[in-house]
Amino acid sequence: MTPSHRPALTLDALGKKCPVPIIMLADRIREVPIGQTIEVLADDPAAKTDVPAWCTLKSQEFVGANDRPVGWSFLIRRSY
Amino acid sequence: MAAGTKAAGGPDPAGTTSAGDGYFDAASAEPLHPSARDVLLDALDNGWADPARLHREARRAQLMLNQARESVAAELGCWPDELSFTSSGTQAVHLAVLGAVQARQSASRGPGHLVASAVEHSAVLNAADWLHQRTGAAVTVTGVNSLGRADVAEFAAAAGRDRTLLACLQSANHEVGTIQPVAEAADACARARVPLLVDAGASAGRLPVPAGWSLLTASARKWGGPAGVGILAVRRTTRWRDPFPPDDREGRRVPGFPNVPEILAAAASLTAMSKERGAMDGALRALIARIRATVPDRVPDAVVHGDPDARLPHIVTFSCLYVDGEALVTELDRAGFSVSSGSACVADTRQPSHVLAAMGALTHGNVRVSLPRAASDSAVTEFLDALPPIVARIRETVRAATPRRSEALPEETP
Repeated sequence: MTPSHRPALTLDALGKKCPVPIIMLADRIREVPIGQTIEVLADDPAAKTDVPAWCTLKSQEFVGANDRPVGWSFLIRRSY
Repeated sequence: MAAGTKAAGGPDPAGTTSAGDGYFDAASAEPLHPSARDVLLDALDNGWADPARLHREARRAQLMLNQARESVAAELGCWPDELSFTSSGTQAVHLAVLGAVQARQSASRGPGHLVASAVEHSAVLNAADWLHQRTGAAVTVTGVNSLGRADVAEFAAAAGRDRTLLACLQSANHEVGTIQPVAEAADACARARVPLLVDAGASAGRLPVPAGWSLLTASARKWGGPAGVGILAVRRTTRWRDPFPPDDREGRRVPGFPNVPEILAAAASLTAMSKERGAMDGALRALIARIRATVPDRVPDAVVHGDPDARLPHIVTFSCLYVDGEALVTELDRAGFSVSSGSACVADTRQPSHVLAAMGALTHGNVRVSLPRAASDSAVTEFLDALPPIVARIRETVRAATPRRSEALPEETP
């Protein structure tokens, strides 16, 4: 992960089923400054689709997803 | 739904089925058509014998089976000898995929290659994967746009690859209702000399079958026939080889004694649905259009999926953000509305709906409404009134149970 992609906040949603990871993301994205990123750790397979879909719906920027030993790390940039 | 309108599963006054006014799951099973019920009862008395024997009872069953075959073949646009009855739509798909591929595989030229759109019914994708596991056949799954419509250019390019043995494209999607570009796909397959399987499970009885298929599959329970009847049609010009131990039944394509009474009922229902289509299509189409327009208007953060115009008349799926799909289906059932959901927490597996995932759509909190032929305007109005408070209540419950302040994790060392 490049320094510019270092998240300002990381949310641990491991073990939580959708839609909980999305609810956590929606609740807390405003805690990071506009232009900064927030990271969500999740292992529900639905999150792989739902995090990018949420970003599209809410006009936030989906930066990418990385595999972890358990689940994935999703990076989202707050755009407004 | 007003008290008493869904009376404890008893027969409705029309005397046909126990479906309540709020039964909106026709894409799983359309209630038995009254004409199918009459035919079924008669055929149970008269069509029980083994149609393969030579005695009079057998000849009577054989005659009935032939009539059903001719009638279904005429509705679907094929020759009677091209059409076999199976025990389900899933069995029809498995036989279509395995038989078409194995007829064209050869030891000297390798296991070959199959193509399927990403939004095919799981029966198609599972059969393709099974062939991959067992025979080493390569499988290319091609993409769809955000409305769920197959990318024809990608599909055609994949079908044009060397040693492609079969391409599979549904007539319309069973979850979001989007109609697929079968004519264009069929042109590409004809140019590449690749047989095309069209799974018409979602559309048969609702829309005319598109032209250009080499193999066609469908399921009678989705057009108001009984469960346990599927359709497999193989063009005379299409090579197909029985993938299972040989059996003489159904043109040597389907093993086992055919269920003559249910097949007759399935044929009667298809004929009836086809006759009623003109009147039914417009009414259902307008009700679905109303749901498509009203849900996002009344429910905050709801998204309607699929093509708004090029779609099946009776199906719509929408997703409500921040809602658990299982809770939504359960609460709607409690209110008298029977719907289905492709959310991972509702399905048997933890995998979310592969259709919504392929479209890049939200996979949680989704509801598929599929209207039966008798769906009423007032039942849809009641559904649209009941939905917003149910969604609001579930959102409150889910949010209350969600951790508001998870600890920020220490950064990982690179």
